[in-house]
Amino acid sequence: MQELINRAKELLDNGTVARVLGWKAGDLPYDPEPAYFETAESLKDFVYNGFCGANLSKYMIEASKLEGKTLVCLKPCDTYSFNQLIKEHRVDREKAYIIGVGCKGKLDIEKIRNQGVKGIESIEGAEITDEADTLKIQTIYGERSVAYADAMLERCHVCKGKEHKIFDEQIGESKETKDGERFDEVSRIEKLSPEEKFAFFQKELSKCIRCNACRNVCPACSCRKCVFDSNKFDSSQKANVDSFEEKMFHIIRAFHVAGRCTDCGECSRVCPQGIPLHLFNRKFIKDIDELYGEYQAGDDTDSKAPLTNYTFDDAEPSIVGKRG
Amino acid sequence: MSIENKSFRPKIVAFCCNWCSYAGADLAGSSRLSYPADVKIIRVPCSCRVNPMFILRAFEKGADGVIMCGCHPGDCHYSTGNYYARRRMTLLFSMLDYIGVENGRTRVEWVSAAEGVKFSDTMNSFVEKIHSLGENVRLGDLRCRN
Repeated sequence: MQELINRAKELLDNGTVARVLGWKAGDLPYDPEPAYFETAESLKDFVYNGFCGANLSKYMIEASKLEGKTLVCLKPCDTYSFNQLIKEHRVDREKAYIIGVGCKGKLDIEKIRNQGVKGIESIEGAEITDEADTLKIQTIYGERSVAYADAMLERCHVCKGKEHKIFDEQIGESKETKDGERFDEVSRIEKLSPEEKFAFFQKELSKCIRCNACRNVCPACSCRKCVFDSNKFDSSQKANVDSFEEKMFHIIRAFHVAGRCTDCGECSRVCPQGIPLHLFNRKFIKDIDELYGEYQAGDDTDSKAPLTNYTFDDAEPSIVGKRG
Repeated sequence: MSIENKSFRPKIVAFCCNWCSYAGADLAGSSRLSYPADVKIIRVPCSCRVNPMFILRAFEKGADGVIMCGCHPGDCHYSTGNYYARRRMTLLFSMLDYIGVENGRTRVEWVSAAEGVKFSDTMNSFVEKIHSLGENVRLGDLRCRN
């Protein structure tokens, strides 16, 4: 991390960049938040550790409108989102100085809490220079140790790889974290009966409080005017009054990013209710892969997205019933 | 066509493209072919105009089945509209299936302006299907129910 700060200072001092977009320490050891740093002195608050899960590529939409270049720290999975935003002409590549930062898997505080760890005072082992094997957690009830892999975000267990798709320079080591297949859960749900599927999603989605965090954080949700803010849309800016509204909201939210979703997993990470929102996005990705050929959004900056493309012999919609 | 459960009248919304399917419905009418009055046709300029939200909104407002009709692939008045619609609807229907809505409640059928018979047959078979599935209880805003 010191290497990253030193390099950022150097680039700020020699005028290559006007500001640094990174993470700053929060009030608690596990809640660093995205922040701009405009002076070398302010970089003393800069952190980059296992809890820096936030994908900074969406902040570059606004940063592209500012004077001068912005240094942005992107993890390998964030670079897919950045590529996708370039493709959609939402960010200006010339305005970004990308440092590809290493990643050893990002942590989910909820997973730590679910293991009965309460009253956390400090966490050791989450620094990017650490081995990412075990976390030593100091709590008000004594010291606890948690395996790093057991505290990782779901998305890191199905990591797309630790290769940066776009960068100006790379700093820091990465460590492979993949130990599962990302479509396993989707396939499991697909095999359930309609009643079971409905019950599953009813249970998950009824937790939704319509805080719109999933929409706001999503790098693919970058429309200036959003359909969900329209007062013609029944569920704009209010908690659900009916079980249908949240389903409609989540289907449409996922549909609007279908073919553009890089599966960065931010929606599930920020959901205060812990809804597995990635299951919607992954279902679309899985269908696109199966019906229209494998496609990874953000792999490049010039290919056509599946929903803005077609072939003469695409599958008919009736295939849905036939696939079983 | 025999419908046993007379008390249940399904509400069916049909999105028909202006150039083929709507003209097909017209032909069905002028050829004196019948199809159930439960089908409410909404004319759209092209099948590609059908936003996934239209379909969900129809279900929300109490539709028991939604069918979308357009020109045959390759015959779109705007050349390629129905190719995009086809991909979109495939993904949407697959998603509805995934969250547990019976697959039979949604359908896409390509009906040209010369196919009045096909239009009438399609609507008859779709209404029959919805009859067998019964009332749509999974998707729908309870406030819109009587």
